[in-house]
Amino acid sequence: MKQRMGIALLSLAGMLISAYLWMFKHGYIGTLACGTGGCETVQLSPYSRFMGVDVALLGFAAYAVLFGLAMLGLQPSWAGRREPTRAALLLAGGGVLFAGYLTWLELFVIHAICRWCVASAVIILLVLVLTLLDHRRLTRA
Amino acid sequence: MAGSTSLNRFYILLLVIAAGGGGVLYWQARRGVPSIPANVVVTAADTAGFQGYFLGDPNAPLVITEYADYQCPSCQDFDLVQFPEVMRQLVETGRVRWRYRDYPLDHLHSFARLAAHSAACADDQGRYWQQHALIYQGQAQWSAESEASGTFRDYAARAGLDLPAYDACMQSAKYAGRIQASYDEGLRVGVNGTPTFLIGDRLYGGRSNSDALKRIVDSLAPMATPTP
Repeated sequence: MKQRMGIALLSLAGMLISAYLWMFKHGYIGTLACGTGGCETVQLSPYSRFMGVDVALLGFAAYAVLFGLAMLGLQPSWAGRREPTRAALLLAGGGVLFAGYLTWLELFVIHAICRWCVASAVIILLVLVLTLLDHRRLTRA
Repeated sequence: MAGSTSLNRFYILLLVIAAGGGGVLYWQARRGVPSIPANVVVTAADTAGFQGYFLGDPNAPLVITEYADYQCPSCQDFDLVQFPEVMRQLVETGRVRWRYRDYPLDHLHSFARLAAHSAACADDQGRYWQQHALIYQGQAQWSAESEASGTFRDYAARAGLDLPAYDACMQSAKYAGRIQASYDEGLRVGVNGTPTFLIGDRLYGGRSNSDALKRIVDSLAPMATPTP
């Protein structure tokens, strides 16, 4: 259960970061707290959209689904069920691959590092680790 | 029972984090401090039909392009001390058309790009040169501030701008691409400091004054002498 709590907490943090970046991109926030100055470069680059959708919005949606799955898995009637974990495993796995691609773009194409994007990449990686631990717990049970 | 208590505590923790994070986002949005990003991708729309801010006769025989940074003290000195004389001797007489281009030195001047954008938003309302003058006049004040956008907004009010329209322009960083295009142009022609003047196909840097500029103009476009 602790793994699912951790996933919920991390997903909530990811949702807040994604919302922050999306609000900046659409002019609701003037300045990004970003020591490197690379956040704005990254957020305003053409790579901040993926197939016509803001990457920040995709991130928010993914974290929201992960959060929902974790909360569902925390309900007593769902505590022993594997479905939420399997779905989260699929989503977090895809998220890690996508975060890896975005980090590669930052390093080698945009040549700017956005700390918030790095934070999000670390969060999705931790979510994947927790999901794997939860999966192992359920398999052993 | 113990499990349900710890779950309730966890829900409270989630609520606190969500409320705290949401509050910070709301506060940031309310604060609404604009910032103008550098190194944005310049699109065709950013430069279409825009070559800079002009003063003087479009048919003048010579164009002087000034590449300047609103936060650079030498640019301020030129604008306040030398430029009125340049206007009187060269621009108002129809000998020169003046073209101003932004060349914000971000690594030295944290508000240069914001100032350039503030002036660009004033241009939206046909009051570019009023805002331009106010920004240079107040350079010592806003340069020392931790956040200059409020001062630029005060100038916008003094310049007679419609403030909601100005705010919307600043918040959306509407002219970030135009400023970047201006900077890129400066780089292309070889500007490496401010102010730099492009006269004909040559660059003149350093502390140019009105007399020096007049001498250059005299050599490049001598005044027509009356025929006997």
